[in-house]
Amino acid sequence: MAIQLYRIDDRLIHGQVVVGWGQPLNIRLIVLVDDLVAGSDWEKDLYRMAVPPEMEVIFDDVAGGIRNHARYASDPRPGLLITGDIASMHRLVKGVKAIGSVNLGGIHHRAGRSEKLRYVFLTPDEENQLRDLEAAGVEVTAQDVPSSRAVPLPEVLEGATR
Amino acid sequence: MSEQKEGGTERPRAIVVGHGEFAGGLVSAVGQICGMADKLVVLSMMGMTPEDIESTIREQLTRTGAHVIFTDLPAGSATIAARRIVKDDPSIVLVSGVNLATLLDFVFNNSVSPTEAARAAAERGKASLIVVGR
Repeated sequence: MAIQLYRIDDRLIHGQVVVGWGQPLNIRLIVLVDDLVAGSDWEKDLYRMAVPPEMEVIFDDVAGGIRNHARYASDPRPGLLITGDIASMHRLVKGVKAIGSVNLGGIHHRAGRSEKLRYVFLTPDEENQLRDLEAAGVEVTAQDVPSSRAVPLPEVLEGATR
Repeated sequence: MSEQKEGGTERPRAIVVGHGEFAGGLVSAVGQICGMADKLVVLSMMGMTPEDIESTIREQLTRTGAHVIFTDLPAGSATIAARRIVKDDPSIVLVSGVNLATLLDFVFNNSVSPTEAARAAAERGKASLIVVGR
């Protein structure tokens, strides 16, 4: 069973991920790729305790995520891979070269970011990283929950669907 | 993050935070049932970064002097933020999975400290879940 969803979400593991996507996709494995979290036992415990017992969370940093991706993708359990920022996903996709689509799930307001969708705010650098992914053949869409429309990247960047 | 304190003048004893309008709805129900919504501060975390959620909860704890946080879902961003706060200050008590029975028990319990009341209320909330029918 391949990884069902590659998601960028600054909240990492939270309700939309565990319940919103986790239930309909029957997710049993979450691969959380984040350099900071991977280096802290306390952070790992924090997120591990947030998931129901039927879900396993595996933590890796970006370099490890690239190295171990084939193993994660061949796990028999339905999986979801998540990063907390665009830069980490960009590095991962470039390093793996086998990721066909990326979901923008939640990138919230910070200084330097401008609003594209209610749940997507981007800096110019982040916009360029997403364009670079699409140019490499990766489908990038924004969709916070399964019941909402998957908004293609060009529409996201126009900010036309607020 | 929006904040509201419903009715009354009593100092709030707890922060209630959750997805969507969950916290506001729950506290409004407390107000309708017993008129004690002023013991609770409502926070909504819609559209906020994890850092903003955490800092807003910290600000409200400081402002009100409350030592109790109620959240809706163990996997929620508010719960994650609250657990970071409890790590820094173990005198704070977090109750995740709050329901109306929990809050009602909490606001009525003036005989013990708010943190002790929160622990007792959590037990009452668990016991309030019943299934009727086959």
